[in-house]
Parts: sequence; C-alpha cells; structure tokens
Amino acid sequence: DPQKAASLLRKQWSLYSVTPLYKFSGARLKEYARLLGAFIAAEKQKGLAVEVGVDADVKVTFASLPELRGDPQDQPAMLVQLSSRSSVSPKSSDEKLIWSGCFCCVSGEDLLENVPEDFTCLPLFLANGAESYTAMVGSWFQKTFDCHFCRLSISPLNLSWMAAMWAGCSVEKNACATELVFSVPCLPQPLDISYAIHPEDAKALWDTVQKTPGEITQEEVDLFMDCLYSHFHRHFKIHLSATKLVKVSTAIASAHCNGTIKLLQSRYLTGVLMLLTELAISQIQ
Amino acid sequence: SEKMQRKQSSKNSKQPLQVHHSNQTDLSAWRKGGKPDPEKSLQNPTSHNSQANESEQDSFEQAVSYFEKVQSPVSLRKNEVLQKHLATVESTALEKGLPPEAFDVLLNVALSGKFADAVNTRLLKSLIPASVIPESSLVSSVSWLCVSKCSGSIQLLFIRWVISMFDFIDHKDQLHALYGFFFSFLQDEKMCPYVCHLLYLLTRRESVKPFRIRKLLDLQAKMGMQPHLQALLSLYKHFCPELVSITLSGRMKTYFKNSEGPWKAAISAIRRRNQKKSPVFQPLLLGTTQHQSRKRKWNTQLILPASSASTSNLADVKDKNSDLYNISKSFPVEQLQTFSQLLQNIHHLELPSQMGSVLTHPLLLHYMNCIKDESIYLRLHYWMGQTLQEECTWCVVDSSQYEEEFKDFLEIVHKAECFLQEGFSSCEEFLYRSLPFWDGFCCRSQVLRLMTWIPLSSFSEMKSYLYGPLAQLFFTSSLYFKCSVLESLKELLQNWLNWHMIELGSESDSQNHSLNTTLSGLVNVVAELIHFVGRISAIALQLENNVTFLLYFILDFYETVCDIYLRYNLPLLIMPPAGVFYPALLSMDSVSLNQLCYIMYRYRTNLVAAKENEMIKKKVLQFQFSSQTYQEYNQYLIAMVGCLWTSNAFQKDIHPEGLRLDEEVLKKTRVKDFKNSFNIVYHPALMGYALLFLQQAWPDDNTFNFSLIKGRKWNWYLEYLYAQGLKGLKLFIESSISRVSLVS
Repeated sequence: DPQKAASLLRKQWSLYSVTPLYKFSGARLKEYARLLGAFIAAEKQKGLAVEVGVDADVKVTFASLPELRGDPQDQPAMLVQLSSRSSVSPKSSDEKLIWSGCFCCVSGEDLLENVPEDFTCLPLFLANGAESYTAMVGSWFQKTFDCHFCRLSISPLNLSWMAAMWAGCSVEKNACATELVFSVPCLPQPLDISYAIHPEDAKALWDTVQKTPGEITQEEVDLFMDCLYSHFHRHFKIHLSATKLVKVSTAIASAHCNGTIKLLQSRYLTGVLMLLTELAISQIQ
Repeated sequence: SEKMQRKQSSKNSKQPLQVHHSNQTDLSAWRKGGKPDPEKSLQNPTSHNSQANESEQDSFEQAVSYFEKVQSPVSLRKNEVLQKHLATVESTALEKGLPPEAFDVLLNVALSGKFADAVNTRLLKSLIPASVIPESSLVSSVSWLCVSKCSGSIQLLFIRWVISMFDFIDHKDQLHALYGFFFSFLQDEKMCPYVCHLLYLLTRRESVKPFRIRKLLDLQAKMGMQPHLQALLSLYKHFCPELVSITLSGRMKTYFKNSEGPWKAAISAIRRRNQKKSPVFQPLLLGTTQHQSRKRKWNTQLILPASSASTSNLADVKDKNSDLYNISKSFPVEQLQTFSQLLQNIHHLELPSQMGSVLTHPLLLHYMNCIKDESIYLRLHYWMGQTLQEECTWCVVDSSQYEEEFKDFLEIVHKAECFLQEGFSSCEEFLYRSLPFWDGFCCRSQVLRLMTWIPLSSFSEMKSYLYGPLAQLFFTSSLYFKCSVLESLKELLQNWLNWHMIELGSESDSQNHSLNTTLSGLVNVVAELIHFVGRISAIALQLENNVTFLLYFILDFYETVCDIYLRYNLPLLIMPPAGVFYPALLSMDSVSLNQLCYIMYRYRTNLVAAKENEMIKKKVLQFQFSSQTYQEYNQYLIAMVGCLWTSNAFQKDIHPEGLRLDEEVLKKTRVKDFKNSFNIVYHPALMGYALLFLQQAWPDDNTFNFSLIKGRKWNWYLEYLYAQGLKGLKLFIESSISRVSLVS
C-alpha cells in the first residue's frame, strides 16, 4: 500500500532508537492492536479495568509496510496508528487519526547481523502526535517486547552530512531554498543565524566538491561546509565554524538537532531513513 | 447444584459419626501432648499445675463434645451449660489456641444456625489455631455457607476469619477447587470487599477465566472504582495480560479492608510461637504500584522493571487446549519465591517480560548463572546499555540532580556482577564511553567498583579506553582517590586471574569459550595491566612524597602479582619498577619494609617453582620466564641483602636506578658508618625496634650503643624482630640469606 508509506511525508516526526524487539511476530499484528488498545484505554481511565478486545474510544491499527526497506533482509517496517472514534456516530468513517508511529529498518541488517532469531531489529522509531500517546505506546512496547526506547538526537556533524547529501539531490526548479540554522553558543540570549542558499547553487557547489558520484567522504562534507562558511564570512565577518549547526532544511527533508525530522520527497524517503537507521543503530550498539 | 447436595447429604448421615470418632482419639492425643513433663511433676509434690491442666483439658473436651452433640436451638441467656462450654472454648483459644481437630466441630456449629448469632460470633472469634487449621474443616464450612443457614453477618465474619487465618490453613488445593463458590459470593455487596481479598489470596493463573473477568467488569461498572476490585483485577491482569488491562494510579497504599480485627492479637501470638514453622506469606506485588519519585519524560525513568507475566510468550499458541496445557507446564516467575521452587521448575520457568527485573531478583540471578541462553543476556544487555547511557549523570545534560538514583542503580548492577562473578559487557562499554568525561568525583565508589568487573578479553582496547582517562584522573586527584583506584585495579586483576583459573578448570568439557582467548593473548592483557599499575604507582609515589598510605596500596597490588604463577597457574611474573621497589626498601615505615620482604620472598618461591618445573618437564615450554625476570629479581635481591644484611649496598647494587654511590659522594655526606645505614639495626624503619631491644637487653645502659647488636645479640635481635610481627622479614631472611657465615 504505497499510500501508507506516503503518510510518512510532510509530518513532523520525533526520532527514537529502539533496541531489538524480543519475541515479536509480524504475523500477530492484529492481536497486538487489541492488546495495545486495551492498554491505552486502561491508561486513560486510570484505575478502571478494561477487557481486551472491547471497542474503546481510541482505535489502534498495526500495519506492515514491506516497501519501506533497503534490502530484502530488512524487517518490514510497521506503522502503528491511533485514531479516535467519535462517540456520537460510531461509523468508521468518522475516525480521526490522532497519533502515528513507525518502526523501521532500512539497510540495517548488515549492522545488526549477529542478533539471534528471537529478536526483531526495527531500530528506528518515528512518532507523530501527542507525547502522551508516544509514552503509552512506548511503554507498552517496552513491557511487551523487552526493548528500550531512547530519544535520538542528531549531532551537528551528522546534520552537516545531511546538508551535503541532500544538496546533491536533484529537485524541481521551483524547490524551496536550502536553509541551515546555526546557534551561537555562550550568549545571554539565544541567537540563531539562518543561512539560506538557492538549491541549485548548493547543488552546484556540492558537484564541484564530490569526487566520485554515489560516494561521500568526511573530507568532502567538511570541504562543502567550509566553502559555505568562508562565503558567509566574506559577507558578514562571522565564523560559522564557531557556532553550532542546529537545523538543516531542504526540499528533500528537514532535520533538527533535537531529533525531529520532516520528510518531504517520497523519492528520497528510503534514503533518508537509511541514514537515520544508521544513527539509531550506532546509538544502541 | 448436585455436587453440593451430595455433600450436604453425606454431612447429615455418615460424617458426624466419623468426625466424632476421630475427634475423640485426636483430642486425647492433643491432651497428652499438652501434659507437663512427668519428671517435673515428680519434683513438684503437689503437682498442682498438672492437675489444673488436666481438668482444663477435660472441660475443653466436654465443651467440644457438647457442641458436637447439640441438636435443637438453644438460647444463651437461659442455658448455663452452654454459657459454661462457650467460656471454656474462649479461654482455651486465647491461652493456647485450639487443636486442629476442634475446627470441624466448632465451624459446623457456628455456621449451621443452631444458635443465635451472638453465640456464633463468639465461637468464630475464638477459632484461633494452636498450630494449623485443617483444610477439610473449611471445605465443609463452605458447604454450610452455600445453604445459607446462617445470617449474613456470620457469613461475613467467616470470610474475614478465613482471610485472617489463611496462612495457618494446612493445605490449599481443595480451597482452590472451591474458587468458583467464593467467586459467586461477590454478588453480595457487603461481602464483596472481603471476598475480593480472599480471591486475591487464592488466585492462580488457571483461576483467571474470561467469564470471571467479565463478571468483575460488570461489578466495576455497577460500583465504580473500588480498591478491592482494582486489586483483584490487577492480579488477573498480572497473570493474563492478554485478557484484561488496568493501570493503577500508584497513590493507593491499601487495597483491602483489614480483616484481622478480632484476631489480631491472637494471630501475632501464634506467629511468634510458630515463627520457625510457618512459611512466610509473601503477597504478590502489584506490578503497577511503583511510585514515581519525580516527573520526567516517559522513557527516561530509571525504574527497574518489575517481573511480570509476558504476553508474547503466552499467546504463542492459538489453540486453547494446548494453551491450557502450556500454562500448567510453565512456572510463572511471580510465583517463584524459594530456591527449592527454582530447582523444581528450572526447566519450565517462564521468564519475566522485562529482563531488567532479574537484577533485583536473587533467584533469577541464580537461574542466569546456570542457564546458557544467549537471548537472556542479550535482553539484559540492551536494556542495561541504554539505561546506563541515558542516566549517566556526568554525560547527560541536566541529570546531575538524579545522581543518588543513578548511584543506587550502579550499586544494584555491581551487586549482580558480584553475585554472578562476571562483568556485564554493557557495563564495560558504558565505562569506556563515559570515563573520558568523568570528573572522578561523581558516583566515585560505584564507578570504581564497576571497573573491577571489566571482562578479560585478549583483544584489548583498554589502553586507550580505560588506562588513558584513568591515568589523567589519577595524577590530578587526591591521595585517597589514588588509593581507591589502586585498590580497584587490584580487584580487577584478581577477578581476571580467578576467571582464568575457572576457564582452566572447565577447559576440558567446554569447547565454546565465552571468549576465544589464547594463553599468550591473555598473558599480554594481564601484563599490560600490571605494567600500567607499575607506571602510575612509581609516578604517584613521587607526587605524594612516598607516603606510607599509598605505598601500602601499591605493595598490596604486588602481593597478588608476585604469586600469579603459583596461585593462579598463569606463567607470568613481573617485578615492580625501581620507582616502587626502592621507595619501599628505604621506607620509614616497618609495615612497608615488611610487606616488601614478603613480596620478595613470594617472587623467589614462584621463580624457584618455575625453574623446577622447567627442569622436570625437560621439554621446551611454551612460556618461560625470560632471563630478564630472573636478572631483575637478582638485582633487587642484591640491593636488599646489601642494605639489610651485608651493609654493602652502596658498592654492590647493580641496578641502573639503584643505590650505588661513589665513595667520594658518600664521604661528603659526613655520615659516620654510612655503610651500615640501612641494615636491620640502623634502617629508619627498624631503628625503633633496635632502640627498644637495647633498652630490654641492657636496661642500665643509656648510651644507645647500637653497635652492641652483633654476634649472638644480632641473632637475639632478629628473634626479637620476628616476635614483633615482622613475618615478612622473617620469611625473606630465612629464605634468601645464607646464615652459615654468621653462625660461626
């Protein structure tokens, strides 16, 4: 269902790393939905017991997204959605999506290849919606599959990688500007510097930096950023290298160092998720 | 029901007779047991007590048989016989408790409605066991309850009595079979709270059924949030999370009304009496009642998971019948309370849903110790690794306020490591990651203790990960910190050596080593640690002006090092660096000198043993101590003997960093008899002893003429030193110095 994957686009996602799920089975998603539904109902009305399988205000669905993976060894991604049923008319058409979360692993199997059979590797988790629901779903997964969720923040170094990689992607003519946001440290008041570049200029710069297409090295990323810094310094006499890169936003995606991301292009969806999977794995290993 | 009827009819026809018979014999047996010691009564001519006792027994027997035989309802007020027997039962119950056999009769009477409620209440209140309550008496009571011969308040009192006396019931299997009957009493609004409590005590996993859950939910809908229903439902959830879900607020402290009221004092008296006999009743923990000390983000709470049933294991089997079969086979971890239970169920133990809970569960740690299941360790590894990383108070911004909590956590982890005698790899990774940022202060003792359990592996990155950051902190921190680090590194070394011994022992039967280590790799890693400690010790002694306290910890480390070959069967001997040896040899303190003597003696013993083994085996051993080791030992030995004994160290010492000094230089010091300065009489560490010896040997001489100690006196002085507790010195001198020349 390509529509399901498309639902990942144009939403603000909070990133988490998740340790391998113990005794998780992709064949029992329906059952998990019932159990999680009852858990959420019980959490919401603290102190009152809820029978598993009885319709509650919040409906839970689990869906498999097999197209969201890098290679066949990857576990199929899993989309968890919470929707509220209106109490007035219990028709399914009135359901409103209130929270979604996506577990995925894009080209991560080779990094986690030594994990035994009982474990399922879906190291990257994206959540959109109220944090209270993230907390409920997360605690349920932690209790049920003995896994652990951890916020995944993105270091400035990784943000610069994203800036470089995404600068190299070809986009439409009228794409929005590439914007880098820097935060100046050690000031009494927070000061952010926004650096916007025309995407075609960014691509042109990256093309002069990159030696072998399809391959990126740290030196190339550093050089790309240094070029941008020196250009900025020439005009404003500010050394951006002394500040901290906090946000990168391009036509492909936008990422913030606090661990949130917005995915904008379906064409580059798996590519971005692959990079994030790598970050998540390095956090849990 | 039909079953019930049958029970009733049998009660009316045959049972009373049987009960009557057995009661008689049993009661007299009980009386015999209660009789005072015959010897005692002989000593006491009046034997007044004994007689009084006897009559008490008789009247109690009469009372029981009265209650057994009584047929028609009798009013209490007019009947003096009843009053008398009732009083007897009450006083016996309070004084020593009732014998097991009395319960059947008295319960039957109290619940049959023969008497007025006032009598029944008094009877129930005096049902206090001397030892145990037979289960059978309860079974017949429940059948009385079902025919509703007694009033509601008596029924209620009976349920409260069962709850209060639950621990004293001898068996519970038949009671479990009556679970459904108790469950049906939930209907009664007054009884409901107490019945919930009783069910809570009786519930096992197999008692939890969908129809019961539905019934409880109906009650919940009718009565709203009731603590007793919550408790029972959360226990149901505990056993069958796939059927029901509930979240408790955690604020609640008590879920059940107190039932013990009328029997409280009596129960505590019996408990005291039977302290050894009765098993301690441990109520199941309601997993959700963990209190949260603070408000933090959901996934960054340092809470050790409670052990609880796992949905993922249970629902594996779709077919209901085989599901049931599985349940009866597997043993839920929440029921695991004794070591013998663990032994009985070790092959079908159902592990907790969150492996982190094993840390605080000693029985599960036993289990981990003997089960080689990779997934158990892996689950723990992932959880612990992430928790350590997230909670590390010196790595995570704004978490310093939670230091106490983190300390407790590290403490728990360390305890588990000590229990398992094995380090967790997640802790090792945590140390390597966080040590570069550590200030050496935060959670100091916990971090240093975790360090002692870093696993021994032949591929070692320890140089960059551990030794680097540690050395930096070591040199810049206080004396006390230095000593703590040395102590921890000694324990680390000992843990490694112990581990090596165990591996040696199990080498024959296990092929899959946890680490594929080669002996040479292992030797290298251990040697690296010893060299590291040698280096930092020598520098620390300079920094701290050779302070004795520090020297003690350093020499303590070498006490392990010098014995590695003999005690741990590892072909490795490393001498301390000159920066450690000479400060110890010239120490102002006899403790250090004595320690050094002992260490040198053990080096000698180990080296001699190694030489002998080489000679015996006559083949080229894979590992030999290099001639350099022997050479180093000999250099030190020459220096030591030269100092302490032959007074020629300044000429004979051949160590490049040694004491050898030109005569010219020594003369410039203007010290008289400089040659003797470090022998056992003049050595600053021993001069005090020499002085005391002089005072004892020549009490009238005040000249302190040390040169008097020679010849035979020298030997006496030696004996004197040995008697002062300088055992190391004794061992050293007796092993390393040839005394032939001296005896003459």
